[in-house]
Formats: sequence, C-alpha cells, structure tokens
Amino acid sequence: MRVRLDGVDVRIDGVTIVDGVDLVAESGQMIGLVGPNGSGKSTMLRTMYRALRPAAGAVHLDDDDVWKLSAKQAAQRSAVVAQEAPADFDLTVGEVVMMGRTPHKGLLERDSKEDARIVADALARVEMTEFADRLFATLSGGEKQRTLVARALAQQSRVLILDEATNHLDIHAQLGLMELVRGLGVTVIAALHDLNLAASYCDAVCVVDRGRVVAAGPVDTVLTPARLAEVFGVNAHCGTHPLTGRPLLTFSPLFPNHRDREPRGATKEVSA
Amino acid sequence: MNLRAPAAIRPEPKQDAGKRRGPAPRPYVLPARLFPVFVVFLLGTAVLSALVALSVGAVNIPLGDVWQVVLRHLTRRRVGENLVQDRIIWTFRAPRVVMALIVGAGLSVVGTALQALVRNPLADSYILGVNQGAALGAVAVIVLGSGALGGLSVSGAAFVGAMVALILVFLLGQRSGRSNPTRLILAGVAIGHLLSSATSYLQIHANNQALAGVVFWLLGSFSGAKWSQLGFPAFVMLASTIWLMLQRRGLNALLMGDESAAALGVNLNRFRVELLVVCALLSGTMVAIAGSIGFVGILIPHVARLLVGADHRRVLPVAALMGASYLVWVDLAARTLEKPAELPIGIFTALLGAPFFLWLMKRRDRHGAVV
Repeated sequence: MRVRLDGVDVRIDGVTIVDGVDLVAESGQMIGLVGPNGSGKSTMLRTMYRALRPAAGAVHLDDDDVWKLSAKQAAQRSAVVAQEAPADFDLTVGEVVMMGRTPHKGLLERDSKEDARIVADALARVEMTEFADRLFATLSGGEKQRTLVARALAQQSRVLILDEATNHLDIHAQLGLMELVRGLGVTVIAALHDLNLAASYCDAVCVVDRGRVVAAGPVDTVLTPARLAEVFGVNAHCGTHPLTGRPLLTFSPLFPNHRDREPRGATKEVSA
Repeated sequence: MNLRAPAAIRPEPKQDAGKRRGPAPRPYVLPARLFPVFVVFLLGTAVLSALVALSVGAVNIPLGDVWQVVLRHLTRRRVGENLVQDRIIWTFRAPRVVMALIVGAGLSVVGTALQALVRNPLADSYILGVNQGAALGAVAVIVLGSGALGGLSVSGAAFVGAMVALILVFLLGQRSGRSNPTRLILAGVAIGHLLSSATSYLQIHANNQALAGVVFWLLGSFSGAKWSQLGFPAFVMLASTIWLMLQRRGLNALLMGDESAAALGVNLNRFRVELLVVCALLSGTMVAIAGSIGFVGILIPHVARLLVGADHRRVLPVAALMGASYLVWVDLAARTLEKPAELPIGIFTALLGAPFFLWLMKRRDRHGAVV
C-alpha cells in the first residue's frame, strides 16, 4: 500500500512542528526517517495514524485521505509501534497483542479461534510465545517493545509505522526486528535514530530537520558527510560494510580536538 | 570472610528471561478459564446478599419467609400473604436493598470507566469534581430550602450540580480542542476543591437540623429509598453498563495510551466525549439518589482487576456484581450495628473494604504486579 504525504503542516499551540512535508512510500518500500531530536519525525508519523490532524495538507493511504476514512478503516490499513507505552494497568502480553485485532472486530463480536491463531503467530514471530501469560508491566523495555511489535503484526495491516521502535532493544533484537519487518513485504515507514540501521535496511531515507524534509532518496546519495555535518553537527565517514556491502557510517565530533573547546557549562550563568 | 568472587568477575548467568525455570507466575489471582464460573458465583452472591439483607433488621424474618414474599411479588401471586411481613420486606427493605444493588454496581462501573478514561488507577467520580458538584447542589437545597433553587428537590439539585461540575471540568480540561487525561484530572481536582469550599461555606450557615441532614447526605444513605424512585437509576445503570461493555476494546486500547488507541482505530476525541457523558450521567444519577458515597469507585475496580486482570471484558461485569453485593452488606452494617439508629454508609465503605483491599494488594505483590 502506497503512503503519500502532500504538503503536510502540523501546528501545536501555534508553533509549526511540521512544515509542508511531501513524502511518498511506494507499496512494499521501507522508508527511513532520520533527523535530530525534536526535528518532527514523530509528529509526521502521528499524522499518518490519525493521532494528530494536520493543519494543512493530506496523508493518503493508496488513494484515500486517512482523515476521511473512519478511524477503524485507517487502523485496518496501518499499524504502529510507538516509542513507549504506559503500563499502569495489569494487562497480560497475550491481551496486549489481542488488542491488535481491535480494528477488525465489530461491537458484539468476540475473539475467534482465528484471532487466537493470529495472536499466537505474532507472538512466535517476535519470540515472545513463552511470555503470553506474563503481565506486560513486568517485562523489560526490550520485551515490551517486542510485544508491541507483535500487536502491530496481529493488526495485519499493509502499512507499518515504526516510531523509533528499535530503542530499548539489544543489538540482536534490533537486527531481528529490522529483518522481520523487511520480510513482511508491507510498506514500512520508520523513524530511526541509528543511521546505520537506516543505511542497512531502508530502500530510501528522508532526512528531517526542523520540520522539513531536507533530503530524500537512496541512502548513498542522501546520507553524505556534508549533509550529516549540517543536520546532525557531526563529522561522518562513509564506508562500506565488509560483509553486507551496505553503506557504513562512522562518526566523530565536528570539532575533533575537543579538548580545546571550553568545558561544558563553564560559561553558563548560575541562575537561581 | 567472603570467599566468593565479586560480582564483576563472576561469570554472568546466561540471560534467558523467557525460559525461566518453574511455573510462570500467574498474572492474576483467578485463572482465565474459571471466569464464567466466577461470574455465576458473584451473581449467586448478589442474590444471596440481597435475601440476607431483606431478612435482617429491627425484626428478623427467616430466609424462607423472605424467599416466599419475594417469589410472590415477582410472580404477582398474592395468596396467603402475611401483611405485616410483606410490608416490612417489600415496602421498607426491598427498595433500599435494590437501591444498594444499583448504586453499588453503578459506582463500581463508573470508577472502572473513569480510570481507563484518565488512565489513572486512582480516579473515581471525586477526581472529576462530580461528587463535589452534586454535594453543592444537595447541600444548597438542604440549607437554603428548595425555593432558593427554583423548586429543585435534593436529588434534582445534586444531579444538576454533578452535570455542571463535569461540563466545567471538560471545558477546562481541553487544550486546542483535545482533552488530555492529565489536564482533566487537574481541572477536576481544582473544580472539586472550589465546589467543596462553597459547600463548606453553606454548612457554616446551616442550622443544626439542616446540618444533620447535610452530614447524612455527604456520607451517603439508602434510608429514603422508595420503589417509585428506582426506575430511572436502574435504567441509567443498566444502559451505561451495557454501553461500556460494548466499548470494551476501546477502553482496553485507552489503557495503553492515546497514540496506541488512535493506532488501533479508536476515534479518540469522540470516544472521550462519549465516555465522559456516560460517566457523568451514571455517577450523577447514583450520587443524586444515594448521596456521596466514597471509596467504592476505587476499591471495587481494583479488587476486580486483582482478581481477573485489567481486560475490560472481564473487569466490568465483575466490578458491577461485586460492587452490588458490597453495598448491600455495607448498608446492612449501617442500619444494624447501632440498631435502631441508622449510620451513614460512607463510614463503612472504607472501614470494611480497606483492610481486605490491603490484604489482597500484599498477596498480589508476590506475583510481581505493579498496582
């Protein structure tokens, strides 16, 4: 399923967070959104799953405006793994994953055998089968994240939105998640902090800075040293991964002789 | 001397959290497969509690006779009735037992729903200012007289007060047209305190007789129950509970956060407004007929969650049934412990419930639960 953002603006309390963003993810593509903290990646993603209505512009899933579909129809088409979930209530892992079936169920409909099978399958794919009866709140950060991935899988949508879903995961689980998601054959839009994960797995990368897409396209043309210096303020070296042949980035501070810089906070005024 | 190697150089046990040895800790007290049996058990408990409450009082009537009277009235056959017994059971005790059932179920259900709405396990109708609004309305009528408020009855004024409080909280709890749980709680707490101070001010100016009425109302009581006033509350309680049961998936989704709920196809803003309206109507109605009864709305949903987990398809019916039985017993205590005097219910809701609640909480710690 194709995802298209046309001139999307988001303003929160009068502040423009996302500013005229155009973006296309073709069916089955995996698109990485990268950018510094606070650049507007998550906000852009929120407009795609109806958590935030854009002030201008539109988000299309295939040919339908997400905000003209019903909430339920939209949720049948796209699933989300967000950054973190509160856990003040005692739900089991199985119950959380079963929530993924929500957009497919009518008011009076009960969970069917088919739903149970889908949930079991989703749990197996993230290696969480043994956790089904554990309380979600008692899991580690990584286990929670895998549970939420399973919930998104149970939603069986054609679009998957990952909002820094690899945070809290160890390296094995990070690669496992990216491999799993790649193998689904659905359209994936992922906000990623790890530029090397983006470089290894994404068909195309969008660099987001201060609410705008400043570059979009294949990894090697977009994640250039000059752009990374400009957007992230780091010195980047672009090489090639010895095994996969994918681009491999290594970083150093933009001011290499960092000892010459004034120590942090030295000039900061102490305010009462 | 400790001869063991320090932790840093001891070989790490293999991290394999998912395949822990031994049985997995049970997520909640009651295994899921026993749920239907448990619901039947609770239903039986509610019926039995009601029968016991009908039989005990200033005159004790054997359970068998109580059963006969109830059966006669339910089947509308009136042969061989003992008129005095019949009047005691059916005219005096039954309305108040039924009111306790309705209010107990209603307050528990509304507590459960509000806790999901504001995603805070400590919420109940107090936290949204509903009870304080109802109290101000009721106390105003008791102290100033019905004429000062356009001829409203105590219940009517309580209902209006509850609604006004909730509308205020809802309007103040919004930001850029979106309501958010934290703002709702903050607005509710502020409005609640504001209304409470107005109520306190009125109390200062009340004469002794009015003051007694005020105290009784503020702590809740079923003593004035009549058959004629139970129809509307029963309808509101049943309709709201059924509506909330139908929204069980949406309520579950809310527990995991706004983003999550949106991603699962819940139309957040509309669902929140609908939930608020239903909760306001339900809690306003309950408070209007029975006064301001605290703690039930927090206690019962918690006990229900400890027993059957947080999934609303199980919590809602369990909370409703447990709340119903619970208030029947509380009311029984309130009217029998200092016979023939009547004590307000609010005194007993916490006195009976809190120790049990704390015991259950400690027991549950062993299962590694968060709340």
